[in-house]
Amino acid sequence: MTPAIDLDHVTKIYRRHGHSRRFVTLKSALLTGSLVAQLRPDESFRALSDVSVQVPRGVSYGVIGRNGSGKSTLLKLVAGITKPTHGSVRVNGRVSALIELGAGFHPEISGRENVFINGIMLGLSRRDIEQRFDEIVEFAEMEEFIDAPVKTYSSGMYMRLGFAVAVHVDPDILLVDEVLAVGDEGFSLKCLDKFAEFKRRGKTILLVSHGLSMVERFCDEALWLEAGDRRATGDPKRVVQMYLADVEQLEDELLAAADAKAQASAQADGSGQVGESPNDPKGPEPAAEQAVVSPASEPDNPLDETASALEPAEQAPPPPEGEHAEVDEETGLVNMFTANEGRWGSGAVRIEEVTLEGDQGAGHVFHTGDRMTIRMKVRAAQPVEDFAFGISIFSTDGVCCFGTNTNIEEMESASLSGAGEVEFAIEQLDLVEGTYKLDVAAHKRDGFSYDYHRLLYTFRVKSRTKDVGIYRPRHVWRFTDNLRFKPVSAAADDSSSD
Amino acid sequence: MLSNLGELYRYRGLIQTLVARELKARYRGSVLGFFWSFVNPLLLLLVYSFVFTVVLPRGELVSLEPYAVFLFCGLLPWTWFSSSLSDGANVLIINGNLIKKVMFPAEILPIVAVLSNMVHFLFGLPILIIFLLYYAVPLRLTELAWFPFVVAVQFTLTLGLVMVLSALTVHFRDIKDLLANILTLWFFATPIIYPMSFLSDRGKAIMDLNPFAHLAISYQEILFYDGPFGHWKWLLALAVAGLVLFLFGYALFDRLRDSFAEEV
Repeated sequence: MTPAIDLDHVTKIYRRHGHSRRFVTLKSALLTGSLVAQLRPDESFRALSDVSVQVPRGVSYGVIGRNGSGKSTLLKLVAGITKPTHGSVRVNGRVSALIELGAGFHPEISGRENVFINGIMLGLSRRDIEQRFDEIVEFAEMEEFIDAPVKTYSSGMYMRLGFAVAVHVDPDILLVDEVLAVGDEGFSLKCLDKFAEFKRRGKTILLVSHGLSMVERFCDEALWLEAGDRRATGDPKRVVQMYLADVEQLEDELLAAADAKAQASAQADGSGQVGESPNDPKGPEPAAEQAVVSPASEPDNPLDETASALEPAEQAPPPPEGEHAEVDEETGLVNMFTANEGRWGSGAVRIEEVTLEGDQGAGHVFHTGDRMTIRMKVRAAQPVEDFAFGISIFSTDGVCCFGTNTNIEEMESASLSGAGEVEFAIEQLDLVEGTYKLDVAAHKRDGFSYDYHRLLYTFRVKSRTKDVGIYRPRHVWRFTDNLRFKPVSAAADDSSSD
Repeated sequence: MLSNLGELYRYRGLIQTLVARELKARYRGSVLGFFWSFVNPLLLLLVYSFVFTVVLPRGELVSLEPYAVFLFCGLLPWTWFSSSLSDGANVLIINGNLIKKVMFPAEILPIVAVLSNMVHFLFGLPILIIFLLYYAVPLRLTELAWFPFVVAVQFTLTLGLVMVLSALTVHFRDIKDLLANILTLWFFATPIIYPMSFLSDRGKAIMDLNPFAHLAISYQEILFYDGPFGHWKWLLALAVAGLVLFLFGYALFDRLRDSFAEEV
């Protein structure tokens, strides 16, 4: 049996008739006689390179990949909107593309007339449309407004009507480009039902989506495109896993880069406070600016000088910003809703390096329930007897998820000299999905800071479950026998898919 | 390319629907609505009649009694021609959504631009007829038989030009602005508000190069001037030229087609 869609070594090169040429006008093209030359591209962009894909009839095929990976180009090639530069695209059957819903709707005329025009554009005859008209309007839930001009429609209504026409074309091959967020919750469920119906009826579906769970549950096969190259094909679960692993790696790199930047600027901030009382209420702005213009910040000296300026009784770390951040007496923590990244302290004990480690080694991306170890390399310039180490985890909106230190946990410090290592091991990271920030500190038991790193470390927790809040307790649901749930189905579970 | 041209026939339903859409949408929301199709040419006629009989009366024009009818014979086809060109130059850009997002035969768009303006032209004809009857201008059936042919030649010529313009405008947006001025010049360089007889021999020789001049003269000879239709040789030559232009325009359009989805 011939496949429904057959892409044979397809390469698509977009010719950018370059922006450099925007200033070359028709006039000059005519004057220099280079009209034809002007129509030739001067830059090219490879959107797809040598991609071969075969989608058998009746298969739901998912395409995933980052933005700009060539997903939409692939869809456009199959839809026949653009032609491949090399290779061939063969499509067997009537195609309906849910790429742009309601393309060609004219704002001035009524929904009814637009349904006819749109239907004809999609290849239906007037009679076909007449037969399906009521069904279309009912599906779009537009009975009341069908005779109003389209320009009065809300964007949801517009999309719904466009969607309704497109799926009633009765295609053999349905191309879907991330249009599942059409309309409200109820309507997206209906769309999913419609897709499921297509699937049941043995139609071929090509789905381009960021909604990975949708691809995983709904598709029989998946393709992962990366910068125009085919990275993987096959079982959707496996392909999605590979893709996710890759995304996490990139996320990790980004978080690491962001943290490095925050730490670098915190170093600079630290030096900015030299010679000023850190509690000076009007201090912050100039200090920050000064910090930027004095890059030659020797980390050691400033910290020491700041220390001499501090009174030993100083309880809380000085707020790096001028705002009067509230201080919790018990923990010595500042109100994190107003806090900024920063680093300060006497430097008697320095935290020289902080790494986060999961099961796969150091990184910034973890999964709910993973093991996470916070490892700090510390060094005492002189032997000290009074010290404590602490950590706090904050959500990005400033909520303290957890905070503790060795003092709170009633460990009495005895001695520290030279270099050492502190490890804080979390057996199970029971946080919901999100990005979290970390404070680490070395301080005296009364709270006087040796080296305080505020919000300088970031990690991301990922979860396949979209539960809400901060804390995800380990839990189990139990039911009596008369209470049953359906097994997870392809479509129904994914109403929130994006 | 021939098979492509055959496809055009297959799209007749779509073309028809789109022309209807254009016409419906154009006057939607105005009080007079559809009547603008009649009122517009009348008002235009009034403006030019006012200018050339009241503001700048020329003795020579008296020979063209009734001047309004003479003017109308050239003005009505000119309006079709010029608005087709200015609509057509933009048509691919305006409907970029269709070209970029749907599988849509782009060549339909210039055709729709020319056809919907042709419908306005046809709606103007009854008014022209009323003028002709009112002023009792003598008409001959043998001459009138040429009329559909003149319309056909104008259609082919216009479509050919619009094909070229629409395809090139995608790449050179300058054409839009340039075109508006060229059309103004073209209007005054065509015997519409004045008769051919105003021109010197040299002027006439230059005028022979103006394709629309032959169309205007044909309309005037058939509808306004008494006597046999003497311009038919030129008209036949123009028909051939129009056909060549159309084929060239279509070939150019076809050649640039793949760039539309990316450039619009």
